Parts: sequence; structure tokens; C-alpha cells
Amino acid sequence: MENFAYHRPAKVADAVKAMKKAKDGKFLSGGHTLIPALKQGLANPTDLIDLSGLNKGGVKVGAKSVTVSAGTAHADVAADKGLKKAIPGVAILAGGIGDPHVRHRGTIGGSVANNDPAADYPSACLALGATIHTSERKIPAEKFFTGMFSTALKSSEVITAVEFPIPKKSGYAKFPNPASLYAMVGVFVAQMGDGSVRVAVTGAGPGVFRVPEMEAALAKNFSAKSLEGLSVKSKGLNSDMHASAEYRAHLIGVMARRAVTAAK
Amino acid sequence: MPAISMTVNGQKVCGEVEGRTLLVEFLRDKLGLTGTHVGCDTSQCGACVVHVDGKAVKSCTALAMACEGAQVTTIEGLAKNGKLHQMQEAFREHHGLQCGFCTPGMIMAAVDIVKRKGKKLDDETIRHELEGNICRCTGYHNIVAAVKAGAEAM
Repeated sequence: MENFAYHRPAKVADAVKAMKKAKDGKFLSGGHTLIPALKQGLANPTDLIDLSGLNKGGVKVGAKSVTVSAGTAHADVAADKGLKKAIPGVAILAGGIGDPHVRHRGTIGGSVANNDPAADYPSACLALGATIHTSERKIPAEKFFTGMFSTALKSSEVITAVEFPIPKKSGYAKFPNPASLYAMVGVFVAQMGDGSVRVAVTGAGPGVFRVPEMEAALAKNFSAKSLEGLSVKSKGLNSDMHASAEYRAHLIGVMARRAVTAAK
Repeated sequence: MPAISMTVNGQKVCGEVEGRTLLVEFLRDKLGLTGTHVGCDTSQCGACVVHVDGKAVKSCTALAMACEGAQVTTIEGLAKNGKLHQMQEAFREHHGLQCGFCTPGMIMAAVDIVKRKGKKLDDETIRHELEGNICRCTGYHNIVAAVKAGAEAM
């Protein structure tokens, strides 16, 4: 790993300032994606701005939404009683990321900012219509995830929180890669208060995406049965040594049905 | 080089590190605490698990600088007054190891499981909770038995 100047600001404004001053800076949150990338030389920043010194805040459950502070570790999201009751799908999702040690360190802000095509959180954000709060603005999830490992964030913009609207029901099911525990396919299903349904898929394509056919079927009747016979085209899906595009397309159907069955 | 200080196994320690120095490198190379092992170095195998502020983390995927002021416990910090910790004793008693390379991480993970899940653990819970710790010798059978017995003894 190449060396870098390490900064650990205590305030968001100072983190932004440090990034603006850096020649080639990177923000660090839990580090469970960035540190392996640094080791492999995939990233060689001159400055690393560690956000772990910022006020963590945790989880706040409101009347209509749950706001999770960006530095909240996956284990703390999974264990939060209020969130578990309000949006069970998000608690299940957080409790299934990586392994216990990874969940102690990895954060929601880091996961969302990195937008790994196999990360879990982007599916919850897109399905629930979350709002990403940053040091500058509020970005709706639809506009935030712009493609593989890319987001609408500017280089010196820091995520401060993720706000999830409270749905009527939510569920998440994933088929993890048995070695990395990342999603080969993960499907998040949300039924909102107005009866509309959103289905978001991670792990299968170059980035998180919605499945309108499934959403329409589930809006009519929110049951796994409504999804029978519905398939997703394999064109454009990921194909690698772990699973072909056709296999992933098939898994989307299976995981969607499981997510609907599990939805509470 | 920047200086850091933290508490490791109850003792205040300080040292100079680079920005890129990993927690496990600080523990092993600067402090000589070589009980914490580096297996995969890619945050998968769990041989490097230590406790930071009471939580099990992979020390190969944490920067030393990020642990400024933290309370760190390594495998060396478990035994008290020359007497093995209950979990260490259970691994010995149940032969929960063969080559022993993964054992420090297994034991640190096991103590963390008991903290979070209590002393009564079934096999399924133990196997699920050990997802982040890989052993290439034992087939896990005796590890699970050791964690179960160690948990009850804690």
C-alpha cells in the first residue's frame, strides 16, 4: 500500500475543507472496501480523510421516515429496535452484510457512497425511495446511483445521513456469494402507504435497478404468487465465474418471491 | 511520522506510524504482539480479529491511526494471572484447533459472540456467527463444540 497523509476531522465542514486542499484525496468510512482497494493499488490517494471522527448520531425514527446517520455501522442498524419495527427489511439487510466483524466496522454512508454493484444498501435506498443527505444537499436515490461504482456525489461532498420513508411493508432476500458474502442477487421489495410497490435489484447488473413488471404485479396483489411466471431478461446482467447472466436472471425471480414472502 | 496512542490489553502504548500502517502491523511489528495473525490480508479469513472498544474487528482492515485513543484487546490480553481464559481453555479441552493459525481470531470472535448472544449458544448460531472466520484444518466440528463449552463456562 502506498503511503498517504491521514486526516481525521471532527466536523463535516473540516472534512470538506481537507478534501478541497488535497491533491488527490479520498474519504474513508469503515474502510472495508477502500482499504482492500488501497492494498491492491486500485486507489493511490495522496490524502485519506477519515470520517470516523465525525459525530455518529445513529438511528432516528420519526413519524414518516427513519434517518440513519452516515457513520452508523451495519451492526448498529441491524440491532436498532425502532428501525427493526418501522422498516424490518432494512434491519434484515444490514444484519446480513458480510460477517459480524465487517458489520462492526462497515457503515451505511460508506456503502452507499461506494455504490458497489453487489452491495446491499443501494437496493433498500432505491426501493424505499430514500433521500441521501450530504454536506451540500439532499439527493433522491433515483438520482444518486448513476452506475457501477459511481454516484451523483461531487468529489468534496460528504454523505451525512440516509433517510428512508417508512413503508407499509418491506422485505429483503439475497443469494450471497459464499466466499465474499456479497450479493450475487439481492432483491428489496417495499409496499408504500399509498399501495404502490417498488422492487430494486442489486448484484445482478452493473448497478442497482428497478423491475417495473414486478412492481405492477405486486401493486395489484402483494403476494409471491403474483410474481409467478414473471421473468427478467438476462441481457445486460453480470456474468462471471460465480454465475451466468441467465442464472442471475432466474435468481431475481426467486429472491423477489422470497422478499415478498418475508415482507413485514 | 505521526504518533498514536491507545490502550492495548489494559496498558497505555504509543508509537510512531505511517498513515498506511494497519492496526495489525502496529500490534505485531511495533508492539511485538504476534498472537494476532494475518491470514488472507483481504478481510475474509478472520485470523486477525481483535476487539476495538469492545467489538470484534478485522485488524488487517483498520488503520492504526483510526484507532487513536481506542481500547484494544488481543489474544494476549485474555489470559489473566497465568490462567487461560475460559474460551482458550475450552479450545484446548475440545481440541478446537489443529495447526492453530486461525485460533486467535476464532477465540476473539467467540468471546465477542458470547458478549452479543449470551452463554447459551446452539450449533446453528455458532456456525452462522463464525461466518467471518475460516479454518482450513478442522472442519469446524470441534471449534463449534469448543465455542459452546467456552460460552457456558464464561
